[in-house]
Amino acid sequence: MAEAHPVGFQWVVEAKNRGAKVIHVDPRFTRTSALAHTYLPVRAGADIAFLGGVINYILSNEKDFREYVVAYTNASMLVSEDFQDTEDLDGLFSGYDSELNTYDQGSWQYAGQQDEGQEEGESHADRETASGLEQESHGPPIPADVPRDPTLQDPRCVYQVLKRHYARYTPEVVERLCGVPQEKFLEVCEAWTANSGRERTTALVYSVGWTQHSVGVQYIRAGAIIQLLLGNMGRPGGGVMALRGHASIQGSTDIPTLFNLLPGYLPMPHFQQHQTFDQWIDAIRHPEQSGFWANAKSYAVSLLKSYWGDAATEENDYGYGWMPRLTGDHGTYQQVLDMIDGKIKGYFLLGQNPAVGSAHGKAQRLGMANLDWLVVRDLYMIESATFWKNGPEIATGEIVPEECKTEVFFMPAASHAEKEGTFTQTQRMLQWREKAVEPPGEARSELWFFYHLGRKIKERLAGSTRPRDEGVLNLAWDYPVHGELSEPSGEDVLKEINGYDLTTGKLLSTFTEMKPDGSTSGGCWIYTGVYQDGVNQAARRKPGSEQNYVALEWGWVWPANRRTLYNRASADPDGKPWSERKKYVWWDAEKGEWVGDDVPDFEKTKPPSYRPPEGASGVEAISGDDAFIMQGDGKGWLYAPSGLIDGPMPTHYEPAESVFRNPLYGQQANPTRKVYERSDNLTNPSPPEKHSEVFPYVFSTSRLTEHHTAGGMSRQLAYLSELQPEMFVEVSPELAAERGLEHMGWAHMVTARAAIEARVMVTDRLTPLRIDGRVVHQLWMPYHWGSEGLVTGDSANDLIGITLDPNVLIQESKVGTCDIQPGRRPTGPELLTYVQGYRDRAGLTPGHHTPIETPRDADDGQQ
Amino acid sequence: MKPIIQVVCEARAGPVRQAGSWVRVVIVGVKTWIEGWPVYRQLTGTDPLGRGAASQSPRSKALTARTETADRVAKSVCPYCAVGCGQRIFVKDEKVVQIEGDPDSPISRGRLCPKGSASLSLVTSDRRQQKVLYRRPYGTDWEELDLDTAMDMITDRVLAARDATWQDADDDGRPLNRTLGISSLGGATLDNEENYLIKKLFTAIGAIQIENQARI
Amino acid sequence: MGSNSLYGPLDPAPDAGYTDAPPRMGFFTDTSVCIGCKACEVACKTWNAVPDDGFDLLGQSYDNTGGLTANSWRHVAFIEQPRSSSGAATDTPGAFAGLPVGPSSIPATNVVAARTAPDTGTAPGIPPAVDALAAAATAGSEFLGAPAAPGCGSGGCGSSHSGAATPGSASPGSATPGSAQAGGGQFLGMPMTDLPGRVAEAPRTDFRWLMMSNVCKHCTHAGCLDVCPTGALFRTEFGTVVVQEDICNGCGYCISACPYGVIDRREDDGRAWKCTLCYDRIGDGLTPACAQACPTESIQFGELSELRERAARRVKNLQENGVAEARLYGHDSSDGVGGDGAFFLLLDEPEVYGLPPDPHVPTRDVVSMWKRAGLAALTMAATAVVAFAGRRQ
Repeated sequence: MAEAHPVGFQWVVEAKNRGAKVIHVDPRFTRTSALAHTYLPVRAGADIAFLGGVINYILSNEKDFREYVVAYTNASMLVSEDFQDTEDLDGLFSGYDSELNTYDQGSWQYAGQQDEGQEEGESHADRETASGLEQESHGPPIPADVPRDPTLQDPRCVYQVLKRHYARYTPEVVERLCGVPQEKFLEVCEAWTANSGRERTTALVYSVGWTQHSVGVQYIRAGAIIQLLLGNMGRPGGGVMALRGHASIQGSTDIPTLFNLLPGYLPMPHFQQHQTFDQWIDAIRHPEQSGFWANAKSYAVSLLKSYWGDAATEENDYGYGWMPRLTGDHGTYQQVLDMIDGKIKGYFLLGQNPAVGSAHGKAQRLGMANLDWLVVRDLYMIESATFWKNGPEIATGEIVPEECKTEVFFMPAASHAEKEGTFTQTQRMLQWREKAVEPPGEARSELWFFYHLGRKIKERLAGSTRPRDEGVLNLAWDYPVHGELSEPSGEDVLKEINGYDLTTGKLLSTFTEMKPDGSTSGGCWIYTGVYQDGVNQAARRKPGSEQNYVALEWGWVWPANRRTLYNRASADPDGKPWSERKKYVWWDAEKGEWVGDDVPDFEKTKPPSYRPPEGASGVEAISGDDAFIMQGDGKGWLYAPSGLIDGPMPTHYEPAESVFRNPLYGQQANPTRKVYERSDNLTNPSPPEKHSEVFPYVFSTSRLTEHHTAGGMSRQLAYLSELQPEMFVEVSPELAAERGLEHMGWAHMVTARAAIEARVMVTDRLTPLRIDGRVVHQLWMPYHWGSEGLVTGDSANDLIGITLDPNVLIQESKVGTCDIQPGRRPTGPELLTYVQGYRDRAGLTPGHHTPIETPRDADDGQQ
Repeated sequence: MKPIIQVVCEARAGPVRQAGSWVRVVIVGVKTWIEGWPVYRQLTGTDPLGRGAASQSPRSKALTARTETADRVAKSVCPYCAVGCGQRIFVKDEKVVQIEGDPDSPISRGRLCPKGSASLSLVTSDRRQQKVLYRRPYGTDWEELDLDTAMDMITDRVLAARDATWQDADDDGRPLNRTLGISSLGGATLDNEENYLIKKLFTAIGAIQIENQARI
Repeated sequence: MGSNSLYGPLDPAPDAGYTDAPPRMGFFTDTSVCIGCKACEVACKTWNAVPDDGFDLLGQSYDNTGGLTANSWRHVAFIEQPRSSSGAATDTPGAFAGLPVGPSSIPATNVVAARTAPDTGTAPGIPPAVDALAAAATAGSEFLGAPAAPGCGSGGCGSSHSGAATPGSASPGSATPGSAQAGGGQFLGMPMTDLPGRVAEAPRTDFRWLMMSNVCKHCTHAGCLDVCPTGALFRTEFGTVVVQEDICNGCGYCISACPYGVIDRREDDGRAWKCTLCYDRIGDGLTPACAQACPTESIQFGELSELRERAARRVKNLQENGVAEARLYGHDSSDGVGGDGAFFLLLDEPEVYGLPPDPHVPTRDVVSMWKRAGLAALTMAATAVVAFAGRRQ
């Protein structure tokens, strides 16, 4: 956190000065570790073993916050008798389909619901469209009348299922898998549990490298389970904090430019699952389900009204027929491989530099070299705009400028100071930025570019009678422009996002005002209220010093300006604060409403004693003690009966590339991970495959404080470049001795994809670990460098292949295996020969197949 | 001659500090307006050693923070990571002259990391690209291109790619209504309003391969 | 001229002729909360338009600035220490306790390291051995001093090492780092002793990473100011020491006079440059750029008297919480420079941070001289001025 979010770290320092204990777990000793009370080095890629160990410690010692767990989680619900655990099936849950490598999730359901789960075919489609977590948080329907055992004694209740699942994750196993000495691990368990409960809360903070694993979603699930068991969710000082890495990356998922999502986490229509408007709506709202998603039709219709205005009518399903349909995986990595295969003609890069920042840099660059045209919009010249001129493939001869057909447009972009608009930061807060000056020269904002591109497209298509052009011609695209540059107004767009009452023309104040009959509009329902009372709430700047610590009048947080989600859980089931020390939101019986420091994340006047009438659905079905109002059953999920592609509980799998055979299960790696087996995307062998010894070291990558992601905003600046001027690799003294690496000398790292070089930083901050009885070395690299800018160097992401988490299709780029050798890498065509040599020795010959399902008995004859 | 003149000019403002510089200063003093002469000030004022008030140059006396003389201040937000630190952007003569932390922000309390602190150079660096550049197929170097021309060319290419790869329906007649010929990958430093227009336009033209750093 | 004008405790601004001097302002840099982010370096350069200092990877941990220069007025030092402090300020006691040392004990890894294996030189498999001696040297500690082991090629050497390094055996004292034990380390030229802060023989159990943002000390008795012949350096009303760029002629006397090695000449224009404690900002009631940016309040700006009280409380608090080695540096007005306007809380000896343990202003020894010869010189000067003045009339 101190490394990549230094200003956020001020609050950790402040907490520390007030007596908080700070524990840091990381493969390498960082600037965060330097200020922690306790630092634990761990093996990259073994986090679920670690967190599972904590869960086991909590459950086997009954350290959970029992009242909270019984009231607010699904601990008491009974799981289907058909369910079989990874502990029974050597690393697989019940329902695995070896052909599709997905699960029939029927047996994972609550008792009596076995027929409701995703079948393997649906599960496969969900993986392809990254929609296992459809609508991100609420999952599929869960009726309220699930059988429960509030005593938590029934062997089939979630609590007991969880307990059995993690029983083997003992401190000994944590030591064996993660390399963490048992006493240090127990110190963490004791500190975490002792500091949770009525009087105290503990925060879990992760950086989004956690998402960059083939089991990334399950990493975060594991953290959430701990925080639920300890009663740390929805309470001040608790929570699971994602430290996201970009100014509006939260906004980029809320109002997504993601293939599978529409604004407000509405799904993009799927050609099979959502053939009709009603199918689409019902897939979101799940009739009979409780919670706020039941109003999904209002959100969806309002979005279509914002898209198509008057042309969206009840008769034409509000323009649903104009929406394009998904058929499978259209994610960025699939796209890149399709570019290599010549299927894609044009590519827009909007402030993004995949040649350096995405996994498998060579695939990225070769893909771009095989387009008809590429539009790059950025502040500075970046590697993704010059692959045809300066990329590493020029030296190897893989890209020859005279033979590369891609037409490239470099369009200078306006900076954050030169346009108005909102960023959504990592705590879901929208903050409005005022425009300071006009952009220089021909630099323009994205708002300008896309408004005018859309205007020109509409002009070209004017008069067309082709059905395919109807949606374009009917598109509501009348944005008034201002000033010499003819810039649309960001405020106009934000108002459209907020939404209007179309009968009165007034801006909506909350999403509960949205209607399913076409009488309201709203471009992103969760953002409705950002223009409450006609005021740009995101532009509010009441000084923090003039407010309480929640600072409700600075910016605006979705939904409805609630700063801490699920804060109903900060009070006990009766609505009273758990303790005076941790009071936050509570029920005021006299006023008959929820009050407190924050906006209650609950219906304001629904009393704690409220119980839904028989047969209720939607918001009415939310009970007065259902703190998790977006969940189908109102409960925090310790066990996910459906919604996750890879299992209802996090399980330790080895990374897709590992030097170890999974010590816990026959199943080596995530059996549902998304793979693209192609000769240009080889995976280093891992046990039980042969020849993993060719790539004997574990590596991880991350950021430096002094640089920003792919370097386009930092390697171009002298003041940042001088602080970290060169690509380097960090190794322990022991690894340096083993490989003959000299401090500040050169070394090169090799994987099945590439060989890159870096200067060597020998440092005590890295340490060998003893894993499964053997000593293993880890090395670490920053990933900021490329061939453009004031300081240049090889890109760490070139080393990484494309293997994805099945739930969200994010790549495993935080752990892999490699070799490291002293000296610089070969240059020119020799580099290709050199890497090919490694592939040959690793047995990665044509026709090679990476096994996905790896039962223990298949190990015979392997290494 | 030049070095000597330099010494003369610079020494004019100087007080007497030590024997080593004494002679030079006195000689120069001959040509100086006595009351303005630091040595005079030094000897007659409160700063007998000439290390403080007597030595202050007119420039030093007139120094003022450029944030105080700015024409306006824009309230902004740091464009790097997702902490969302408040920034104040100071503008003078339509140029950004300083970017620093906003002490009012309850998130950042006026502080910035090295990247946030480098925001001024991010915005004002002369390394920033200000011209549209064009690399023609099989070209070996950039060419300049007029912005309007580039916009027209891009429009042509989007429409051509869309038509060439359009899919109305699958083999069973289920609607697809899309193109797989166009891709987009956005950074996560785009504004919400920008992302909204991007998704809206691409969805309307049937382009679905619209992705973002959030997938990475 | 006060009795302590050249040495000893002093409030420098009134002594420098400011009759209504505001309180003396300064920095208190608390290194126990420094996260080494270098925001101070960048904020300083941004505000003062200081040029970059070149793009050189120095290998001194994360310090690529190297020191205070004309082009770096803040400098963050990084010190990697294979030791622990007694408490938990900037510290994680026992960070590496119980962890193994030495080379890989995965048989396959050792085989690869040694580049020897039964299937040497074939594909698939591992690459051929380059050198039998190198192979032996990199394979494991048991080969230290032993002849190139004939049996090593089997890959069994790694296994035997693995057997020796059973869990729990790597406790402090019983284990030594690979660099010290492995002949391979030396054989391959591992310059382990070059590592900043690293003691070759020390087993690595504890570890801490010290960081400190260094800056001009704005001494009470500033050597640079005292020797400046042109009046370019002067004492401000805030008690700080500032180079006036319109006056400086680049003579360089100040450089050797600084007991901390802070002030420096810029190569292109030859003038001397250093921290001004943002004279332009503090004159307008603003905080200096570095302190304003500092995320963790490691750099605190304020009235020096108040900062000294705050620092004393902080040291006391840290020491009471077990950080016995917390100490202040530059706070003492009776030290060799009369106390610093920018002082520090350190967690180790000043030398560890590259700071002189006992700095003193060069003019300390001039005091007695001044009292004799200096008076005579001043008398002469006064006479001369009066003579010139008289002639002008």
